[in-house]
Amino acid sequence: MRRLVALPMGKSVQMAYQSIKVRFFRSLITTMSLVLAVAFLCYILVGNDLAQALLSTGDPVLGQKLISAGYDVAPGDTSLAATAKQRWIVFLSLLVCVVGIINAQLMSVTERFREIGTLKCLGALDRYIVRLFVLEAAMQGLTGSFAGMLAGILAATFSGTIRFGLDIFGIYPFQEIMISAAWAIATGTGLSLLGVLYPALLAARMQPVEAMRVDQ
Amino acid sequence: MAEKHIVRVTDVTKHFDLGKIVVEVLKGIDLTIETGKYISIMGPSGSGKSTLFNMIGGLDKPTSGKVFIDEVDIAQLDAYELAWLRCRKIGYIFQTFNLIPVMTALENVTIPMTFAGVSHDESLERGMELLQLVGLEGRHSHRPSELSGGQQQRVAVARALANNPAIILADEPTGNLDLKTGEDIIQLLKTLSSSYGVTVISATHDYKMLNVSDQVVWIRDGRVDKIQERSELEIRTGGLGTVEAEP
Repeated sequence: MRRLVALPMGKSVQMAYQSIKVRFFRSLITTMSLVLAVAFLCYILVGNDLAQALLSTGDPVLGQKLISAGYDVAPGDTSLAATAKQRWIVFLSLLVCVVGIINAQLMSVTERFREIGTLKCLGALDRYIVRLFVLEAAMQGLTGSFAGMLAGILAATFSGTIRFGLDIFGIYPFQEIMISAAWAIATGTGLSLLGVLYPALLAARMQPVEAMRVDQ
Repeated sequence: MAEKHIVRVTDVTKHFDLGKIVVEVLKGIDLTIETGKYISIMGPSGSGKSTLFNMIGGLDKPTSGKVFIDEVDIAQLDAYELAWLRCRKIGYIFQTFNLIPVMTALENVTIPMTFAGVSHDESLERGMELLQLVGLEGRHSHRPSELSGGQQQRVAVARALANNPAIILADEPTGNLDLKTGEDIIQLLKTLSSSYGVTVISATHDYKMLNVSDQVVWIRDGRVDKIQERSELEIRTGGLGTVEAEP
């Protein structure tokens, strides 16, 4: 006889989704820091895309506007890279975001110790617990990053319109912006998964006997 | 005819190493539990009752000695086999009910069946039957927060029965319930035990349990103090004399 326990993928996805849905407000807070960080990242990336597109037109008037908007371009430059300062700020914001996610997920594990212990008493393996947490984080990561990406693009387009006028819609670099958006979503989802790794392992290592504990 | 022993505990000791001191919680316990009986493990707090109970449930391993569940030495099992044992052989009932808060009553009852590999439709059908059995028909779509304590414990009883386990382990099942609801749960467990032949083992402080127990195991100071059959309990005390005898 094969002594195996099972948890089909479909069921895991359903359980993870249900957990997010029921604790919606809680999940929203966990996701919020991610939304902000991804929005910021996307804003910077798309802002650079727009500036690059403006620069590529070779129009000296637009070039002058770029310089007065604070971009480091010398006359004659044809490409524009993210500045060191930008990179540092983005990096820091992502770092803060990961720490926030880890913190929120650790709290969620602590809150759910009884639930995790009970699942183990009912026959769940360590990896089912990890899978549930990772799936939850992936769903939160994807939705959060998507929302952040939209917010970032809108903000960058809006501020671009204010700085450079309606000209930007003539040269709106769709393809580059799509690539930037994909980057932002991938980074956000990746960060969400990175943040859940340690809390999920901690949850998986929890002993089933924890479910018996009465004191809170 | 040899009686079948569902649980056999031989010379079990358990130490907890707390760094500077080692606490001996169990100091050599021998115990056999027959299939189909309703057993209560009684003892004051700190007596090692819970530790013994967790050992029988395969939740903890002994420092020395052996615990056999259905003639299988649990110390020999790996993580997969232990999970399988918990899933198929043992049904757990907790003092704090421990239903999964985000799931409905029916979903709570069907999780163990999902782990056991039962198909979705089949588990739903059996889940509904079990809820009916514990008297909760029509409540299947309620979340635990929408149920009373007694109803939550009924869901937990249904969940414990999901995979037709050989043993139901109930840790203070009436500890968080009022007198009347507690009695209802005890009666429910007793009925299930006699009609399905499930062995019920409960750790308890609750003297209401004595009336339905086939056997009472008294634990004191890490050892089995005495084992009383039901008949002895009734003859000697009618339930309460023993109570006074305990500190």
